[in-house]
Formats: sequence, structure tokens, C-alpha cells
Amino acid sequence: MNNHENVNRQPMHSGLVSPQGNWWVPAHRPEKMWFAIAFAWCMVLFAMMPLWHWKGGQNPSGIRRRVEPAAYEARVDQFVADYKVGELNGYPVVEPPAGSDVYLLGRMWSWYPILKLKKGTEYTLHLSSKDVNHGFSLYPVNINFQVVPGYDYGLKIVPSEAGEFGVICNEFCGVGHHMMLGKVIVTNEDGSMPDQTVAAQEVR
Amino acid sequence: MVTVLERPRGATDRAIDWAHRKCSTTGLKLHRSAELLIKANAVVATVALIIGGISAVLILLTRWQAVHLLNQVMFYRVLTAHGITMLIFFIIFFEMAVLYFASGPLLNSRIAAPRFGWFNFGLMVTGATLVELMIWTGKADVLMTSYIPLRANPAYYLGIILFAVGALLVCAQFFATLVIAKRERTYQGSLPLVTFGAVTAAIIAVITLLHGAATYIPAFLWSIGAIKMDPQVYRMLWWALGHSSQQINVAAMVSIWYLLGALTVGSVVLSEKISRTAFVLYILFISMASAHHLLVDPGFSSSWKVVNTSYFMYMAVLASLLHGFTVPAGVEVGQRLHGYTQGLFGWVKRAPWGDPGFSSLVLSVVVFGFVGGITGVTIGTEQINIVAHNTLRVPGHFHATVVSGTAMAFMGLTYYLIPLIFQKKVAFWRLAQVQPYLFAGGMLIFSIFMSFSGGFGVPRRHWDITFSGAPFQQAFHPAVDALMGIMAIGGLMAALGGGIYILITVWSVFFGQPITEVDRVVGAKGLPQGVIRPPRAITIADEANLPTGKLGHAPGTIVLVAIFLMAFVTYYFANWKLLSFIWKIG
Repeated sequence: MNNHENVNRQPMHSGLVSPQGNWWVPAHRPEKMWFAIAFAWCMVLFAMMPLWHWKGGQNPSGIRRRVEPAAYEARVDQFVADYKVGELNGYPVVEPPAGSDVYLLGRMWSWYPILKLKKGTEYTLHLSSKDVNHGFSLYPVNINFQVVPGYDYGLKIVPSEAGEFGVICNEFCGVGHHMMLGKVIVTNEDGSMPDQTVAAQEVR
Repeated sequence: MVTVLERPRGATDRAIDWAHRKCSTTGLKLHRSAELLIKANAVVATVALIIGGISAVLILLTRWQAVHLLNQVMFYRVLTAHGITMLIFFIIFFEMAVLYFASGPLLNSRIAAPRFGWFNFGLMVTGATLVELMIWTGKADVLMTSYIPLRANPAYYLGIILFAVGALLVCAQFFATLVIAKRERTYQGSLPLVTFGAVTAAIIAVITLLHGAATYIPAFLWSIGAIKMDPQVYRMLWWALGHSSQQINVAAMVSIWYLLGALTVGSVVLSEKISRTAFVLYILFISMASAHHLLVDPGFSSSWKVVNTSYFMYMAVLASLLHGFTVPAGVEVGQRLHGYTQGLFGWVKRAPWGDPGFSSLVLSVVVFGFVGGITGVTIGTEQINIVAHNTLRVPGHFHATVVSGTAMAFMGLTYYLIPLIFQKKVAFWRLAQVQPYLFAGGMLIFSIFMSFSGGFGVPRRHWDITFSGAPFQQAFHPAVDALMGIMAIGGLMAALGGGIYILITVWSVFFGQPITEVDRVVGAKGLPQGVIRPPRAITIADEANLPTGKLGHAPGTIVLVAIFLMAFVTYYFANWKLLSFIWKIG
């Protein structure tokens, strides 16, 4: 093997030169080692994803289905009618029961409605759009999902802290994109708000 | 320069293209028709770079909240222009020049159907002009991705189709030139590695452009109301184009790494087998990379996402990891062969850091690998994407790959194309020596601080993060202002570096001093050292210079890649840790 290797070894040459004869010969030892290490690392990169689905708490799996934008909008209106508890700057504030399905609609250029959730409770948060692509970005938690018209993305979420959170649109949706700011309010388990929160007093 | 008229073996009478000159640096034949096509494509690429560069500064000065230059309408318009002009027009025109160069001059061959080349060039220029016209007249404020149902004027989609058809035909011409070179026996043995890399770039270009057709032809029909199109399907198709096109860049860039290494320090190819296998991996696993733009999209299952991004995409990552070893190792062995044998890093210390071709090569490899590569693989992980999607972390990543990686490599190559193809000295030589450091340094600051801002959830593609006119108020973390301020300073530095590059290029080509034979022999300011003193002429390469220890011929490189791997592992797992802090979601 060693002998064979020596016979076929190409003379040292640059990438501008045509290699002569058969260059499909074993590589040097350090290159083989690097190949093995790099391959092993790629396998680690791969394994982490299924592993996180199995053991980790944050996955973009969701319950996904197609939906007509008009049908989704009607569902959101129903949701608002069922659980509306107040209003803030002209937007309905909706407080759904623990464990229920929660609907958020993205449209040019607002998130509708404002959601009021309880800390430590699981909800299924549905996201969809009435018109173009939008981007759901929860600040400052930094949770980001693509919102595509015609698709309902239902994600099981458990808010782990109380307070007020902004919903930023982070997919370009036209000239009013920057005004598209919504709100999620998370109360403590007993329904109270952390002291410094402004909206707690405003929402009646 | 002497123009030689010589009838190549096997050429027919119709093969009119015998006029060529012999390059006194590389000994390669340069056919006049190839030369002109290379020049024309390079010039248009530079025009695109100027338009894209001015747009870049305007965008930067708007996102820098303290200046906030443009209004919202102009901001999104200029952002659309910036993306398309840089990522598509600048890069692809330059790549067309590289394809002509790698098939013609590098193989000592005439190019296939030169007049057809001008037809293709015309198609591409017409398409690009149409697109620019639509954007700047406000008929395509849809950003580069033009996600439907955002609607642009039909002429916009048509322009892109014309451009793509032209580029596709240049690829066909490239393959035909390979056949000619083989038939006319212009080279012996296998294709040189650099040309082989260009072949993979051209194959990926064909795959990409076919995806482009599958995206833009339906989008065009949709825009005139002829058919319906699903927004999610559009996103999938668009990214099969959008991401694969970046893989053309990667393949072209890596070929240029091998090319610049050879020209500047006589780097060697350690193993043709490994380097070529790595190039082939790019071809095989590229289209799947579309998926990592759709990781938090509703239209795809998790298993689809995991399989497409990881299992297959990581084989493309493997390819980059391999080149990330073989390119520096080739430089190290090249240096050692020529006598720079001291210690582990004597070859680094004695490298020609004042040659902009060489510094561009090193900066391109380092920033592409350490910043672009590591961040890209990390945020392209299914779950980690939840804390990265559409935030500034995304442009932070791709400016490190496509700007400080690809564009930097293109710039480095230009410092050799000016003397070798345009036959001119590089003007403002001192500036040229500083330019790569300024550009790559600026881009490094820019992309790192952009990534950090993204970590705080700052959105990309956003005119005003103070949300003026919104029904609620929302202030970002106070650190964001500082981070984005530093980002802006880095961006302006890079823009200055880009401006200097354009000045040098335009000046050299149009008003530059021609190179004389005397310059070539005794050397002159404005000629990179690889041109005056090709590495093989300095000293005779001596294999006795190579170390034979346990770490092989390139022990320094082993240390460098070990550092790289540690950085990669740390950043990757730090991101999983960060992810574990957010709300439970699934």
C-alpha cells in the first residue's frame, strides 16, 4: 500500500496546473484525520436537532394546516367576541381560558388582537396572515416565526415570565411595516401584573 | 505584447479566433475574444458594485437611528436595489468573467462561440437594466425576495428572466469551451483544480438558474393575473434559487482562493482527491440548503426541515471545512517549499502581507470561515433559528460570507486581473495595499455588531425600530443603540474600502499606465509581487524543506484549524444554551 502510494504521488503543483496521470490516490495522514474530525462534527450538528425534539423545550414543530385567509379572520373575530376583556388604544384585549387555542392575525399593518395570557400556562398560539407574509417576533423574549397567508401555524407555548411583550413584524410587508406593532400581556398565575407594568392599570 | 497568429491543431477554417497573446507571467495564451468578454463582464460588474455600494451607504445611514436619512418609501426601494444589484448583478457578472477566464486562458484555449457570448452579455445587460429601471421608478418595492402576494410590475420579473437566460447561456458556452479545449488538446492530463472548481460553480449555476426559471416564470404569469401561486410554495422555490446562488459564489470563491494562493505564494494542492471531492459535495447537496430559510415556516414538517437542512446540508458544510483546511495548508506548504521553514508560523510571518492579492485571500478565508461559516451553520439549525429568523443576525451572517468572503476574494483577484488581463499597472498602489484591511476590517466590525444587535431581537429589513406611528410604544434594550452605532462605523469603514477599490479599478483600467517589458523584469510600483516575481521564479521549490513530523507537511495549519474548531463548538453550544432560556414552545 505504502509503495503504491509513493508510485502514484503527484509532484507538488498548484491549482493552476493540470495534474498528470491518476490523482485518485490516498491523501496524507493529517488530511485524512481532518476529514474524519470534520465529518464527526457534522454528525454532531445533525444529531442535536432530533435530540432537541426529544429532550429540548423549544421546537418549531407546531400544528400546521392550510386555511383560507377569510376563514381564519372569521375565527379570530369569533375568538375576540368570546373572550374580550377590555380595550387598549382601540385594540381589543382578549383573555382566553388556560390551555385553549389563541388566535393572532397579522395584516397590513397591525397584529390583532392583544393577547392576555397567564404565566406558566400552556396555550396553542395560532398565527396566520390576512394578506401578505408577516414575521411574528416577540420582544424581548426573541421568539420568531414566519407568518404566511393561507397557512395556520399552531404553536404550543408556555409563557415563563409575566410582563408586557411587543409583537414586532420582522418580515417586510409594505410601506407601513414599521408601524406593525402588537402586544402580548402575561399576568402572574393569580392574574395580577408585575408592579411596573403600565397596561395593568389601563386595561379594564 | 506580441499578438501571435497561429492556427491551433484541429481548428477548422471557421474557427476565426486565432488571435492571441502569450502571458509572460503565467505562460498562458490569452485569446482576444476571451479577453474582451472578460473585460466587458468585469466592467459591468463594477458598475453594479457602484450602484449597490451607494445604496449600501444610504441604507446604513437610515438604519443608524441617529441619522435616519431616508424616508420609508425610499428606504425599502433602495434596499430592494441594494440586494438585487449586489447579490445578483455584481456577483454574477463577475462570475461570468471568471467562467470565461477559467475555461479560456487557464486551459490555453479559445472560447466557444465568442459572438454568442456578446449576445448573452446583451441579454444580461438588458435584463439587469430593466430590473433597475423598475426598481428606481418605484414599480417594484418588493425587496429582493419579492415574496408574493407583494406585487411588482411584470417587467421586473421579466427582466430577471432575461438576465437569468443570458447567464444560463454563458454557462453553456463555458461547457462548450471545455469540450473544445479537450478536443484541441490545449492541455494535458486533467483539468487544473481552479478550472474544476469553476466547473462546479457553473453546474451549480445551472441548477440555480433552473430554480430561478421555476420561480420567476410563474411569478411573472401570476403578476399579469394568468395563474394562481401559493405564497409558501413561492418561498420554497425562491430560496432554492436564493440559497443555491450563494453556493455559486462559494464554489467560485474557493476556486479563487486556490488561484490567488497559486499566483501569490505558489501554494500547492495537497490532495487533488480531497479538494475535488469537496467541490463535488457542493453540487450534490446544495439545493437542499433552501430549507434552512424555511425553518420557522408553517408549510413544512419538522422531519422535512431536519433532513433537508442537516443531513444533506452538513455535507456541504463538510466540503467547506475541507477547503478551510486545504487552502491554508496549501499556502503553508507553498511557503515552506520556497524556504520559509522557521518554526510553526515562520511561513505566516514571511508571507507577502503587502500584496493585496495575498492579504485579500487570507482575510477572505478567515472572515468567511470564522464569522460567516460559524454563524451560518448555527442559525441555520432548526431550533436555533427560532431566536434568529429575520433578525439582524441573518444579514450579520451573510455579509460575512458574501461580502467579506466572496466580494473580498473578487477584489483580491482584481489586483491580478488588472496587470494580467488589462495590461495596466495597479494605480494608487499604496492605497491598494491598505484596501483589503480596511474593507475586511470594516466588514468584520459591521457583521459582528449587526449579529449582536440581532441577538437582542432587532428585526432586519425594518425602516424604523422606534416604531413611529405604531399604536404602542416599544423601546429596545439601551445597548442596541451603541451596538448599531459601532455597526454603522464598521459599515462606513467598509464602504470607504469599497470606494477605494472602485477608484483603483476604474482609474487603472481607463487611465492606468501600461506595463512595459522593463517593468516586468525589474519590477515597478503597481505590480503585485506575484506578477513581477512569480513564486516559482524566486527560489526553486525544494521538497527537502518540508517538515516530516507527526503533524505532516503543514503543522501550522493544524494548529489554526484546531482553534477554528474550538471557536465553532463554543459558539454553537452557547446558542443552544441561549435557546433553552426562552419560553417553552413546540
